[in-house]
Amino acid sequence: MVTFNERGMKMASNTSAQKMVRSKIRYSWEDKLFDIVNDGLLMLAALIVLYPLIYVVSSAFSSPDAVAKGKVVLFPVDFSLRGFEEVFSHKAIVTGFANSIFYTVVGTSVNLVMTVAAAYPLSRKNLPGRRVLLFLFTFTMLFNGGLIPSYLLTSQLGLINKRAVMIIPLALNVFNVIICRTYFETTIPEELIEAAQLDGFSQTRFIIQIVVPLSKAIIAVLALYYGLGHWNSYFQAFLYITEKSKFPLQIVLRDILILNQVNDIIADPLLYQAKRGMADLLKYALIVVASVPFMIAYPFVAKHFVKGVMIGAVKA
Amino acid sequence: MAAKTADGTYAFSRKALRAKKWKSLRRRLILNWELYVIIALPVIWLLIFCYYPMYGVQIAFRKFTASKGILGSPWVGLDNFIKFFKSYNFERVVGNTLSISVYDLVAGFPFPIILAILLNNCLRKKFKKFVQIVTYMPYFISTVVMVGIIIQFLSPKVGIVNHLIRALGGTEIDFMAKPELFKHIYVWSSIWQGTGWTAIIYLSALSSVDPGLHEAALVDGANRFQRMWFIDIPCLLPTIAIMLTLRAGSIMSVGFEKAFLMQNNLNIRASEIISTYVYKTGLAAAAPDYSYSAAIGLFNSAINLLLISIVNYINAKINEISLW
Repeated sequence: MVTFNERGMKMASNTSAQKMVRSKIRYSWEDKLFDIVNDGLLMLAALIVLYPLIYVVSSAFSSPDAVAKGKVVLFPVDFSLRGFEEVFSHKAIVTGFANSIFYTVVGTSVNLVMTVAAAYPLSRKNLPGRRVLLFLFTFTMLFNGGLIPSYLLTSQLGLINKRAVMIIPLALNVFNVIICRTYFETTIPEELIEAAQLDGFSQTRFIIQIVVPLSKAIIAVLALYYGLGHWNSYFQAFLYITEKSKFPLQIVLRDILILNQVNDIIADPLLYQAKRGMADLLKYALIVVASVPFMIAYPFVAKHFVKGVMIGAVKA
Repeated sequence: MAAKTADGTYAFSRKALRAKKWKSLRRRLILNWELYVIIALPVIWLLIFCYYPMYGVQIAFRKFTASKGILGSPWVGLDNFIKFFKSYNFERVVGNTLSISVYDLVAGFPFPIILAILLNNCLRKKFKKFVQIVTYMPYFISTVVMVGIIIQFLSPKVGIVNHLIRALGGTEIDFMAKPELFKHIYVWSSIWQGTGWTAIIYLSALSSVDPGLHEAALVDGANRFQRMWFIDIPCLLPTIAIMLTLRAGSIMSVGFEKAFLMQNNLNIRASEIISTYVYKTGLAAAAPDYSYSAAIGLFNSAINLLLISIVNYINAKINEISLW
């Protein structure tokens, strides 16, 4: 749209027939004012969002003392990495981090296979029974059994305190299936399937060798959706996992950030003053460590994202 | 095809046609057998993890005891629902859920639209990209971390907000301990976190506005404000309608995680919502009442289903936009 505005103006001013309009199309004072107000508001929005983030990061890189005394305003005070050293010396955090990586990687892989397996057949218009199947999937978005029946099912299946509980009950997200199906419907032409059939491709081979490589964009988007879901997931582990060795990061984070259970970190009672500052510093460093992986991953799939969100919003 | 056949052979050809149709269906079934095998796993998963709990929801109408199982537990009809409606918690829990959700909808809905329009009108490409990246970043923060940040910032002793209040000569406020502030903290932190992300949807809708409209407006001498007002905003209306439908349909569902994590004994009066109450009566209680808890959950799901159907119906009538 932006390029259009510029191009649109250029186009108009180049045509001699529109010379009369030209003076108006050039930046009039109204347009200049509009521009200033527009970008001023954007700047304000960026500052409001950015300041808390900068504050957290700066605090994480400051000394315990500076954090305890509230010296941090914008930039790190007494730059130090103590907070991060503390984070990684805390065994529960490291275990949680490793567990979360495991749940995220395995969970997302299962999600992607299941989603493509559901979405591709649903995208084929000549598949008998397609409407029934589609209804079976979409109805679950409108109505569900709720917490208690799901809990009873999970315990009946013997999944409580098993690592599998973080993966199997979350193996599919119907909303993502619909997004993926729409993508297949609009990007895989019927002719391609016919051609592949003539070449003797089985449908499985067609999906693996042609559909998946053609759909890298949507798969990247889905991987990010699912991955973020697993990484940030708290509820599932909160309900079903009580063994500390299987806790994902978010549960450990809750204990430290929200329930304030940091007592076992510093044993020396003489360092009480430092302890309080350290506890806060640890929190800031922990927030940074927990949030950074996906903030870094995002730009790599960003260009696909608008497309994925768009399909989801319009067709879901 | 059947209509075109000669008079005498009509009945026969219809039979033949049906046979042919059946044959083609059978052929398509055979041709696609692989697809059925492929989709079998997701369908089985769906039946177990989505439909079996729907079957299990009947415990809401029973007096469930684990030893007797779902079907063995005695049928009590609507007793569990009536118990909830009569309980002193009913008004409070439903009231909190509704007020948080309506507040969130009314206050939060315009921001992504405004942000998208501002971004769309920004001529400085790099600046635009910068603002976009910055505003959607908070979306990646988990609920636990978000609540952690809120608590840390609002903490009476070390929080930056109270540092500021003290610096300005005020006395510190324990924000999280005040029930009357719960709603505001909940809603405005959600707006901070979600605006940039939701704006992406409106932004992509704006990018598909027909450039011809803007060209025509330019020729007619419209300034940028007028083009925004008379072209961009009307073009956004269908998207706004869909988003509003989705939001209005979920007005009775406030997510468990954030409210639960923000709860403490001091603010519980304002922070207990349906989903956290379901958890507390069903799973966290010393003597868990599964049936009662399932009934509350079912009551909530049923209202959600009803709401989304109504809003969608109205939308379909007025705007000819439907979710299904």
